[in-house]
Amino acid sequence: MAYLIEGETGAWEIVIGLEVHAQVISNAKLFSGAATTFGAEPNSQVSFVDAGFPGMLPVINEVCVEQAVRTGLGLKAKINLTSVFARKNYFYADLPQGYQISQYDKPIVGEGELILDLADGSTRTVGIERLHLEQDAGKSIHDMHPTKSFIDLNRSGVALMEIVSKPDLRSPEEAGLYLTKLRSILRYLGTCDGNMQEGSMRCDANVSVRPVGSTELRTRCEIKNVNSIRFVQQAIEYEARRHVEVYESGGEIRQETRLFDSGRGETRSMRSKEHAHDYRYFPDPDLLPLVIEQAFVDGIKAGLPELPDEKKARFMAEYGLNAYDAGVLVAEKTSAEFFETVAKGRDPKLACNWVMGDFFAALNASGKTIEEPPVTAANLGAMIDLITDGTLSGRLAKDVFALMVETGKAPAVLVEERGLKQVTDTGAIEAAIDAVLAANPDKVQQVRDGKTTLLGWFVGQVMKATQGKANPALVNELLAKKVQG
Amino acid sequence: MSELTHLTLAEARDRLVKGETSAVELTRAHIAQVEAKRHLNAFITETPERALAEAEASDARRRQGTAGAMDGLPIGVKDLFCTEGVRTTAASKILDGFVPPYESTVSGNLKKAGAISLGKLNLDEFAMGSSNKTSAFGPAINPWTRRSDPAAKLVPGGSSGGSAAAVAARMVLGATGTDTGGSIRQPAAFCGITGIKPTYGRCSRYGIVAFASSLDQAGPMARTVRDCAIMLGAMAGFDPKDSTSVNLKVPDFEAALTGDIRGLKVGIPREYRPDGLSAEISDVWEKGIAWLKDAGAEPVEINLPHTKYALPTYYIVAPAEASSNLARYDGLRFGQRVPGKSLDEMYAKSRAAGFGPEVRRRILIGTYVLSAGYYDAYYAKAQKVRRLIAEDFRKAFETVDVILTPTAPSPAFGLNENTDDPVTMWLNDVFTIPTSLAGLPGLSLPAGLSSDGLPLGLQLIGRPFDEETVFKVAGVMESAAGFDLSPEGV
Amino acid sequence: MSLDISAVRAIATLARIELGEEELAPLAGELSNILNFVEQLSEVNTDGIEPMSSVADLGLPMRADLVTDGDIAEQILANAPEAAEGFFTVPKVVE
Ligand SMILES: [Mg+2]
Ligand SMILES: [Zn+2]
Repeated sequence: MAYLIEGETGAWEIVIGLEVHAQVISNAKLFSGAATTFGAEPNSQVSFVDAGFPGMLPVINEVCVEQAVRTGLGLKAKINLTSVFARKNYFYADLPQGYQISQYDKPIVGEGELILDLADGSTRTVGIERLHLEQDAGKSIHDMHPTKSFIDLNRSGVALMEIVSKPDLRSPEEAGLYLTKLRSILRYLGTCDGNMQEGSMRCDANVSVRPVGSTELRTRCEIKNVNSIRFVQQAIEYEARRHVEVYESGGEIRQETRLFDSGRGETRSMRSKEHAHDYRYFPDPDLLPLVIEQAFVDGIKAGLPELPDEKKARFMAEYGLNAYDAGVLVAEKTSAEFFETVAKGRDPKLACNWVMGDFFAALNASGKTIEEPPVTAANLGAMIDLITDGTLSGRLAKDVFALMVETGKAPAVLVEERGLKQVTDTGAIEAAIDAVLAANPDKVQQVRDGKTTLLGWFVGQVMKATQGKANPALVNELLAKKVQG
Repeated sequence: MSELTHLTLAEARDRLVKGETSAVELTRAHIAQVEAKRHLNAFITETPERALAEAEASDARRRQGTAGAMDGLPIGVKDLFCTEGVRTTAASKILDGFVPPYESTVSGNLKKAGAISLGKLNLDEFAMGSSNKTSAFGPAINPWTRRSDPAAKLVPGGSSGGSAAAVAARMVLGATGTDTGGSIRQPAAFCGITGIKPTYGRCSRYGIVAFASSLDQAGPMARTVRDCAIMLGAMAGFDPKDSTSVNLKVPDFEAALTGDIRGLKVGIPREYRPDGLSAEISDVWEKGIAWLKDAGAEPVEINLPHTKYALPTYYIVAPAEASSNLARYDGLRFGQRVPGKSLDEMYAKSRAAGFGPEVRRRILIGTYVLSAGYYDAYYAKAQKVRRLIAEDFRKAFETVDVILTPTAPSPAFGLNENTDDPVTMWLNDVFTIPTSLAGLPGLSLPAGLSSDGLPLGLQLIGRPFDEETVFKVAGVMESAAGFDLSPEGV
Repeated sequence: MSLDISAVRAIATLARIELGEEELAPLAGELSNILNFVEQLSEVNTDGIEPMSSVADLGLPMRADLVTDGDIAEQILANAPEAAEGFFTVPKVVE
């Protein structure tokens, strides 16, 4: 069901396009040899090039070009063998050259696509308009002094990929799915770490609304630099409702740049960007056109990892997982690898249930990462083996799993230490059953009179008598025989 | 005045090699001349102490047998080249107090070759001008004067006017210049010296304060063709820090001076003979053609049909690039800041106070031609015409080996002439700009004197990266011209 | 093409150059002259001609992804008209 805003005059559809700035993973900056690591002392990762000193010239970093091409290939996009760097001219305190070197009418990557995995297991394809390489600006800090802003140029010149979607998104939820999926692809490719808190992935959202059934594109507003997926969704929702209210009260929307105030959950006009911008783009005369060979692209293509969509398809085909489970497992490369280690040579459905269930719960509860998990894939696999060979019942396995989280020990060790082995000795189970039946003759009679639902109660009693160690299947089987007698 | 300052760069080098003089002696003699000619205002910053220390080190290298190609030779550096630890101004107030913590590749290459810098030479502010009058440090003065009015001060040309004046007045054996639309060749012509703008990409632009990046090119200015060949050899070379620098081996330019130009075809473009070209300029051009013929070369009439459009093309392209290149002068990280209540006010006040009228005018024009709605009509149009101009040359070089033209339409003019209208001033560069737009090497050498006793220059234009042919032809012309005059009082 | 005073004011704002009111009219005249001069380019037929942004006829050279620069905060700040605690400082920017 489409996401619509019910207004007084009817239903409105939201039209959303996202521009994501993704920081390229590289050692050095796009046009200088200064480092890119996060959190360094102010101005310590700055060369004279990054600080826009007189006579300084840009020289492009080959790995940044590779990363852009790799990302383009990951988005199934057209790679432009010739692209051009242009200067985007504007004055700002953290823009030392007085222009940003970016790409304008000839970006390195053209049209591509991204597949959204919707909650109901279906998918939807969103168009990618382009991806281009550009420099990041420095950072202005406004809260260190009552009358001054402080400027740190450490980020100045760090390579960014600006990834622009087509206006294909129709709800805050889809925007969230888009960002999640894009981040997943970038991380699989190793081209961006996707860390929104540290600013290595930032999102601008272009939002407009239109009456349902209309195909027009109304005036859009750009909400700048929102730093979490949740905030992007909130900002879109707020902004779309604002548009509807303005239109329905007879007003007009002005094209403008807005900021999201996460404290108030509102967007507001950015006064500093008020006067019309005229970026005066022109080809950067310090840089010749970037010409890459098809062989360069092919080499990168050959080295691409299996990406989330392909992996998901394979998990469904190879392991028989449903779309939802497969989608969750492949969202992160590390969780997909974890699952595959657990599933190797075992029942994939069982592996999936344990990874998606108890394991993910433990991961969340522990605050650990999948790189250093609360239970290793090898131990979880070994535990599943103990279930399969009958050593552990499902119920016992849950106890063992909890102990594995607590102690980090291997499941076999825990079973041995704590005597948690499942009882499969029919004699012992029969004895327990006989005792329970003997103690409850009236209930036995009720079962024999047809109240078979009571059988479950008897199973529980027998399990209790055996401290949960009895093999539940055997209990069921033997109990049925004895009661029916 | 010492006899040592009358040596050419090549002669001084040969004496050093033979041990007939020392770097310290040469340097002292030139420092004395710098002091004697201070009224020419050729230097913005003099560095005599540094120079003497370097001269001592040079003599030590010479004794150890590790001297470089220009070891011990006193030169000057246009104050557009960033020099580590030495104030660099671009002749602008906006760079007030700026001391670069780095060295430009070209000045660094000269240092590595052993050359000794006596200081930083005057120029038009940010190299924008043809008279040196736009310098925030006052104009450099041409050491030459008119016979008819020896008291009238003349411009040395620009923008490398301080460089030309210093070489002509024997303050230095050679100087670096930069040429964006004629800034080496026109002042060389005005001051009776030789200068070459090499092919775009031959010298690194790293560390040179940028004016118009697609045009800017460094080159040498000296008294003779041989001196320029020696100096260019030391300045040029591939530099990985400049993406437009070309990875080609630097030829032995001096070895190109064979004196043999028999059979070479020399293009004479019809379009460089506009109506109203002064008879003096025509005459010296005719003389040049005759010298080449006498030496066995063959003059060929050629067409460069888009010549007329070079000037308007240049005055869109260069200001556009400049408006962007000069955005970094914002009073934030270096140079002069005028306080303001807001960031924008600080920018606007700092830039208004820091830039002179010509620079401001060019920034405004450049901003305008790039702005929304005008880009295609001006900037994109100019870039297309630029291609046509470059194509004209490419076609011409299918039939000729080198092209001969006048360097400038007039000899040096008075300090108080040509001041009203910027477009009139720009006409000075009408013969040099097409070469710049096409990125070709262009050399100016003195060919004679005007009726009023002022030097006149001729320009030789070569194929891309064929400076050798340009030098070879220039060498022959230089011998034929026999121009060994120096300005009065030098 | 001729520029009026308000156009000059707008360009100057874009270029961040403060101009006095008395400077506007003369500049409008000068800039208009220049524009009239360069407008002769419209005579040239440039149909099908690619704009030429560089004479250098080569591809863009690339460098290896190595950290070779930085760690020179002192030199970066050495020429600053105003700095504090390792930062450049400017009049406070209000967002
Ligand atoms: Mg954008
Ligand atoms: Zn961007």
